[in-house]
Amino acid sequence: MKKSHLLILTVIAIAIGILVTTAGDVSQYVSFKEARELAAEGNTTKVHVVGRLPRDTQKNIMGLEYNPTLDPNYFAFTLVDTNRIAQRVVYFNPKPQDFDKSEQVVITGAMRNDVFVADKILLKCPSKYVEKDIKGATAAR
Amino acid sequence: MLNTFIGDAGHLSVIVAFVAAIVATYSYFMAARNQPLGSADASWLRLARGAFFVHGAAVFSIIICLFNIIYNHRYEYHYAWSHASNHLPVYYMISCFWEGQEGSFLLWIFWHVLLGFAIMRFNRQWEAPVMAVFAGVQFFLTSMILGVVVLDMKIGSSPFILLRDFLTDAPVFRLNPNFVPTDGTGLNPLLQNYWMVIHPPTLFLGFALTLVPFAFAIAGLWKNELTKWVKPAITWSLVGGAVLGIGIMMGAYWAYETLNFGGFWNWDPVENAVYIPWLVLVAGLHALVLWQRRRTGLRTAFVLVISTFLLILYATFLTRSGVLGNASVHSFTDLGLSGQLIIYLAAFVVLAVVLLVSKWKHIPVSEKELTTYNPELWVFIGATVLCLGAFQVLVTTSIPVYNAFLGFLGIKSNLALPADQIAHYTKFQLWMGVAIAFLSGLGQVMWWQRNDKESLTNSLTVPVVLTLLGAALAMLLVRYYGHPMKPVYIVLVTAGLFGVLANVGTILRLLKRRIQLSGGAVSHLGIALMLLGILASAGYSNIISQNVSGLVYSKDFPEDVNRDNVLLWRNEAAPMQGYDVSYTGQYYDVPGLPEYVNKDLLFRTDDEFKAIARAEVKQNDRVYYKVGDTLEIRPENTYYRVEYKDRKTGKSFTLYPRAQVNEEMGEGLLASPDIKKFWDHDIYSHISTVPDPSKEKDWSKVKEHVLAVGDTIYLNDYFAVLRAIEPAHESAGLGLKPGDLAIQGDFIVSGEKKQYHVHPVFVVRDKMIGRIPDEVEDLGLRLSFNNVDPTKGKFTFGVSTTQKDYIILKAMEKPFINLLWSGTLLMGLGFLMALRQRKQEPPRPDAPARRKQSASAQVA
Repeated sequence: MKKSHLLILTVIAIAIGILVTTAGDVSQYVSFKEARELAAEGNTTKVHVVGRLPRDTQKNIMGLEYNPTLDPNYFAFTLVDTNRIAQRVVYFNPKPQDFDKSEQVVITGAMRNDVFVADKILLKCPSKYVEKDIKGATAAR
Repeated sequence: MLNTFIGDAGHLSVIVAFVAAIVATYSYFMAARNQPLGSADASWLRLARGAFFVHGAAVFSIIICLFNIIYNHRYEYHYAWSHASNHLPVYYMISCFWEGQEGSFLLWIFWHVLLGFAIMRFNRQWEAPVMAVFAGVQFFLTSMILGVVVLDMKIGSSPFILLRDFLTDAPVFRLNPNFVPTDGTGLNPLLQNYWMVIHPPTLFLGFALTLVPFAFAIAGLWKNELTKWVKPAITWSLVGGAVLGIGIMMGAYWAYETLNFGGFWNWDPVENAVYIPWLVLVAGLHALVLWQRRRTGLRTAFVLVISTFLLILYATFLTRSGVLGNASVHSFTDLGLSGQLIIYLAAFVVLAVVLLVSKWKHIPVSEKELTTYNPELWVFIGATVLCLGAFQVLVTTSIPVYNAFLGFLGIKSNLALPADQIAHYTKFQLWMGVAIAFLSGLGQVMWWQRNDKESLTNSLTVPVVLTLLGAALAMLLVRYYGHPMKPVYIVLVTAGLFGVLANVGTILRLLKRRIQLSGGAVSHLGIALMLLGILASAGYSNIISQNVSGLVYSKDFPEDVNRDNVLLWRNEAAPMQGYDVSYTGQYYDVPGLPEYVNKDLLFRTDDEFKAIARAEVKQNDRVYYKVGDTLEIRPENTYYRVEYKDRKTGKSFTLYPRAQVNEEMGEGLLASPDIKKFWDHDIYSHISTVPDPSKEKDWSKVKEHVLAVGDTIYLNDYFAVLRAIEPAHESAGLGLKPGDLAIQGDFIVSGEKKQYHVHPVFVVRDKMIGRIPDEVEDLGLRLSFNNVDPTKGKFTFGVSTTQKDYIILKAMEKPFINLLWSGTLLMGLGFLMALRQRKQEPPRPDAPARRKQSASAQVA
């Protein structure tokens, strides 16, 4: 066998290795129901959950818990996933400042006991163009 | 006044540029068709050149129009309104230009025009076929900013769209179609940074430069000149590799300095999208050099050069089509161009693949089997490793594309990017780094000498022995300072050190011959240093703001949760590893002053960009403003003064991490770090949270005190003396009118660190009483002057208190990050040296395919 063939075979083997490992690392978008099932099976791989924050009639978010003077690294909230299942989520970091405004929240993490421990929060804020009023629009009338 | 002329002129220029690109493509194609390289059909060529010049002129005209719109604050245009604002300094207006998608396409088009002109001037022989490819690319790119609707299909997005045509639902335009907003919504504050003035043009120049070797490769295939294209392609690839590499690192530096994820690289798809083509470009460059010097690897060179450009197109598709969706925080907004982008990508993939396959058999290959003692083999393996690294990043970054593609086929897919991306990428890229560091050293040593067992052993002994010694020493030191040393880190340190030492050795040996030859070794040395810098700064990044107070809110998960942020009360020092850290107030940036100015010294006015000095503003023994002077401020950023005092040495330094509350963007608090640089490490700190500034402060119930001049009282643990009652002056920005009677109490309050003058004011105007309280933000105190009893000489003051101001801070130490930046500079320098060497080289007759194993082989 020529050396070049050996090289090609090695490259193919590594490429397959990359694909297999990546497939193993890929996370999934799941619902809280599935996240709980995974945890119950003892599977602690991290998953993505997409949800919304429950709001009362005054549009205030319900169930936020952040008290920086006691513990700046503890933030808890309730998230309602696309199947309308509510779940308590804990995030061991300061509360993201724009949290209150976000419409959609994507969290990654895993269920531990009966709370979801998030290690990343991605906020989808209302688009730049939707909420913005045109400044000075009233003055011009 | 609504000015539609400039927009119409701009839009017309876009259309002219588009049409001229079509004409230039077709006529260059006709000029080159059926002609051997170097000759062209004269009349078609004339037409083609004319068309490309018209195209270039039209592109310049588009840029002038767009810049005019931004510079003159023409907010009737959506582009100016959404990217600029009245108070933006001129140099950031340049960044506005490319903040939007259309502007960045324009930047890319602009570079292609300049490169096209350069090729017409310097690569005459190749002009017709190469420029046919260039003009074809320009045709696709200008279509992206065309902004024309044909048969209900939107083609491109014009930067010259009027605001009223963009926000068709806004009620104000129904009332007054000629309404022009008085101010724009401004540039994203994170982009208000000098790097954002030079990083995007550098990166897009890098993008544009990948087209040149691609165009030469295509022209070579088309004209059956399968070897001659290599020489010009190497030169352009060298420029491209340097510019793109430095552009990427500029972005990394900007992210380090401006964003707060705590590092320079986040494996965000937007970053990966340019990293992948750069790796392939560098691999391609090696293949080109292999062919030019050692007559092997030509097929590889074709494949890699072509892939580089196609990957740039794929990167464009990834970042601009909206396909990334949830996966990235900073991809551009979706302009509905995905269809167009896919057509663009597909057109060039098909063109390139068909051409390459049809000519594949004619591409010369080397007959010789490579042995272990051929440096070519090791260079080739190095290029392969780079490609594998690129492949790995590509596979993962494309996950959102798989979802979109499966969704397109009607299959629901819910794949997500790996939850821990850094761990995922590091797992592979670290080993790529090991291989690259090792091969870069070995390849350089072998490249410059005739190799057999003996000579190789001789030249490798010294670097290997030194490497092993150095690695052992590094391990001991790391242990000594109490850090863990993972086995993979040991491997990477050893490989990195070998890369450094072997390349230093090569440079030393080349010094004796000709220093100009050492460009390759300098570049490789830079890469090896970068790898060591990445290992040290990322692998041993140390969070020094761990919560040590012992106060934890919830003890549910105490075992393995990092509590990385610490709360700092204003003026109270807190221990943080080797430092005592205190937060001592909020500051503003005042244009023209060397340092930031304490908010306590300023009265804000109705104009948010102006303030009045409450006290002398003095810096470096120079008084800049006197009491009552009006000064200009930049209100958007608040700088939080944080003092670090090293407990061992007693030395201290001050950082000003900044934050801005940006409601318009709906993004809440935008925090940027401040970094203290030492030669061997950086201290990096950013604000995580501050008390919500949009909420009113919670003041306690007012407690009244009746005092006479000279009395002392306790206020919220501080004692205060009423020194005098004095007339109040207009100077403090009170807005007094003639005939007003105004007096103020003069209090001295002793805080932890210093004394504060507090002046609550009591005003009588037309028999009405007004009270202007005074606040000491440092102490959370507010005093008001409530009443006067002139007969008894007693005065009533109201005191209320609030929670003291605080910040929540995250701080970390980044050891040896300077290795990364200096390695980057060396890498760039190496590219430049190689380029210079290439220019000085006498033109050689293009040798027929032959193998020459010569000790005097030229630069790698």
